[in-house]
Amino acid sequence: MTTKQLKSLDTVVIRFAGDSGDGMQIVGSEFGNTAAIVGNDLATFPDFPAEIRAPAGTLPGVSGFQVHFSANEIFTPGDQPDVLVVMNPAALKVNRGDLPDNGILIVDTDAFDARNLKKAGYEQSPLEDGSLAQFRLFAVPLTSLAEKSLRDVEGLTTKEKRRNKNIFALGMTYWLFSRPLDNTIKWLTQKYAKKPQHVEATTTALRAGYAYCDASEAFQVRYEVPPAPSQPGLYKSIQGNEALALGLVAASVKSGLPIFYGSYPITPASPVLEALAQYKNFGVITFQAEDEIAAVTSAIGASFGGRIGITASSGPGIALKGEAMGLAVMVELPLVIINVQRAGPSTGMPTKTEQSDLLQAMFGRNGDAPIPILAARSPSDCFEIGFEAVRIAIKYVVPVLVLSDGYLANGAEPWKLPHKFEDLPDIPVHFHTDPKGFEPYRRDDVTLARPWVKPGTPGLEHRIGGLEKDRLTGNVSYDTANHQHMTDVRAEKVARIVADVPDLEVFGDESGEVLVVGWGGTYGAIHSAVRRCRSDGISASQIHLRHLNPFPANLGEILGRFKKVLVPELNTGQLILLLRARFLVDAIGLNKVEGQPFKVREIVSRIQELSA
Amino acid sequence: MTTAMDGPKLTKKDFVSDQQVRWCPGCGDYAILSSVQHAFAKLGIPRHKIVIISGIGCAARFPYYVDCFGFHTIHGRAPALATGLKVSRPDLSVWVVGGDGDMLSIGGNHLLHALRRNVGIKILCINNRIYGLTKGQYSPTSPVGTVKKSTPMGSIDRPVNPISLALAAEAGFVARTVDVFGPHLQETLLRAAAHEGSVFVEVLQNCLIFNDATFSNVTDRASREDNVLYLEHQKPLLFGAGGDKGIRLNGLKPEVVRVGEGGVPESELLVHDEKDESLAYLLSRMEGDGFPTPIGTFRTQEHVSYEAAAAQQVRTAREQKGEGDLMKLIHSGDVWTVP
Repeated sequence: MTTKQLKSLDTVVIRFAGDSGDGMQIVGSEFGNTAAIVGNDLATFPDFPAEIRAPAGTLPGVSGFQVHFSANEIFTPGDQPDVLVVMNPAALKVNRGDLPDNGILIVDTDAFDARNLKKAGYEQSPLEDGSLAQFRLFAVPLTSLAEKSLRDVEGLTTKEKRRNKNIFALGMTYWLFSRPLDNTIKWLTQKYAKKPQHVEATTTALRAGYAYCDASEAFQVRYEVPPAPSQPGLYKSIQGNEALALGLVAASVKSGLPIFYGSYPITPASPVLEALAQYKNFGVITFQAEDEIAAVTSAIGASFGGRIGITASSGPGIALKGEAMGLAVMVELPLVIINVQRAGPSTGMPTKTEQSDLLQAMFGRNGDAPIPILAARSPSDCFEIGFEAVRIAIKYVVPVLVLSDGYLANGAEPWKLPHKFEDLPDIPVHFHTDPKGFEPYRRDDVTLARPWVKPGTPGLEHRIGGLEKDRLTGNVSYDTANHQHMTDVRAEKVARIVADVPDLEVFGDESGEVLVVGWGGTYGAIHSAVRRCRSDGISASQIHLRHLNPFPANLGEILGRFKKVLVPELNTGQLILLLRARFLVDAIGLNKVEGQPFKVREIVSRIQELSA
Repeated sequence: MTTAMDGPKLTKKDFVSDQQVRWCPGCGDYAILSSVQHAFAKLGIPRHKIVIISGIGCAARFPYYVDCFGFHTIHGRAPALATGLKVSRPDLSVWVVGGDGDMLSIGGNHLLHALRRNVGIKILCINNRIYGLTKGQYSPTSPVGTVKKSTPMGSIDRPVNPISLALAAEAGFVARTVDVFGPHLQETLLRAAAHEGSVFVEVLQNCLIFNDATFSNVTDRASREDNVLYLEHQKPLLFGAGGDKGIRLNGLKPEVVRVGEGGVPESELLVHDEKDESLAYLLSRMEGDGFPTPIGTFRTQEHVSYEAAAAQQVRTAREQKGEGDLMKLIHSGDVWTVP
């Protein structure tokens, strides 16, 4: 056996790409989980088509999963891969443009037959025409090696054995980056607990891939990426949708109000429904409604009954919920509406990320119908935002809108777990029960919240509805001055939530050349870009909005301290419209709608231009 | 389940709210409102345990006029909102009131799913075959050829039969009654209230302004006996003056026959059975052609209600996993420690 070289790297981006049916999402997320256990900082980016199984071997069927893992603190899944694993010619064609010169390219040669080459539009094999010479190419017959390694496993067809090529490839990458196998073996053992032959096959294939590299002359160098320094504590890797569901449950426990979650399946919001359906022992009721409108109206009915009503969807579904959200504004009940945004308009690109529903969130209802809006900035932040949305909804007796997006929903990062129950804020709940002098719309002096009254409370029988209400009795009123008053008070009530919105903290200089203002899932890319510019000596600063309505109290003042304000958004310019309207600031947009997150370098180069 | 209360007996007056009723003079809704208030007083359920949910339309103003909890929501969505309430609060008696446009047109989807899920809500569909609040356009129950402002040459779409639809939608309790048949209406509501699971009651109603006399064959005193068939469980299908007519099955088709002297003996008549699916559907299709309009309960079926099943799953989950422990949940999975 030859002695292999071991090199240490600070940070690596690896991308797995193959057919939709090749199991790229599984190996990608497992690679990420192992990186987390090893103690690397990490960020993941699954990128897959909307079709469950597009025709095998074709370009539209290519599915990818990128993992950025590092010995330092990182904020994005990386602009481009250092290592690319491709399972067929189509995956090579789609992804090779992203791989820099001298990048590591691992290819399953078994898939490079005439049929697959033709489907991917190759006239001759790129493995043979020298067109991959700029890469460190490892051409390996993954499929047949996987099959051979399972020669002695009984109870599997040849086809089933060959399907383990993805796990074999994972084993190879574990060798390449000196990763332990045990975490993935444990996971596979649990996943296939009811199919022991699959446990044997997958774990054997994983070890075989690892052993192959160890033995192969081709692999002379392996790498290690040491753990990243982190604050002491308990961590786990979490995706945005998972974190959101946990945040909602945490708020439910803290408030003592069980969740009613009305939802209609939609990409990319469905995993929240699926997660909450696991938590029935917390009293959660999940209601898979007949449509988006029933999902939101059933949640309003639940809130009327004294639960915390929650509904979630993506842009198209939120459009359908608009009228009911207006009803919730009118009757002033707590409600949480979650929009896991995707590329639009219309059906758009369901599995691709975008932030183009901000103005829909602000204004997408008939009449003057203001709703507080919160937006998560990272996968683990979805926990905090979900929790906070419930807290505000209950405190102000008001519907609250949460914006997430496909990038946050499916991406993962290490999450420092709240240690004790007491670490989470309390959520006091007050149901009005006193019939003496009861008026359904008599408000709290500070929050302007109206009393929340559960049906079933003796002596408090009353009627509410979508018709304009008298300012105190809640009875139907067409009085002109009353409508003016009620419109004003609904706006004022949302404005007063600013008392619960923390002031923004500026990252970087408190005043200066360029301020980069973002919101939602672009936090990581903007933060990385601003750090990089600052280390290059550019005066760049960052603020990031998690509260979009009302804005933090100090936003206007901060904007005024900088010469230039740059607003990167994955839309054609929505926050910038609000900032310009509200603060008369001559902000500059950086806009992209390609269904992909920002690359750090895209933001860096715009900052450089502005500061030149 | 709602439980009877201990306390003073309620009367109709207890259910009259302080809001001025704003229906047109002579509207059939007045009679229905009065019957509902009478029936609610007899339910043995305290006022604060009763909730009326409505959508949009003339009938949907109902909640404002009944002194219990009420929610006037948005067009067509009342069954969905009521579902969320009933699942959250099975202890409440939840009623949904709406018209044919609200329930069968814009809200058709929610009606279908609330019924088939067997949510324990009592849906009253007040059918006058017209859009009243928008001033007289034809509705999904208007007969073909209905000439109204939006259909000057007559409507061309075939109407929906609310009872057939409710039966097909698997409603647990399906009945029809009439605005001016006070005692029958009240009796139907009391039976509806006692049923666990979804309830659909069609109430034939007269809109004096835009569609007067649409059900006059049923309501005219002179012709009523010949045109109305009262359905009673385990009783033969008799109607007409002194019960001189009946319904007999000829092959798979019903026919009207003379009963008694010179006619067929009662023993040959169809006997109503509320548990018989096929009979219920057959009766729901009887319209015109000399057939009477059936009034009463078409079908009842007993299945576990949606809200009971949902609550059972929560109990089962707690038995299997224990009461939810938040920190245990957050700290579960692949967790690592940074010292």
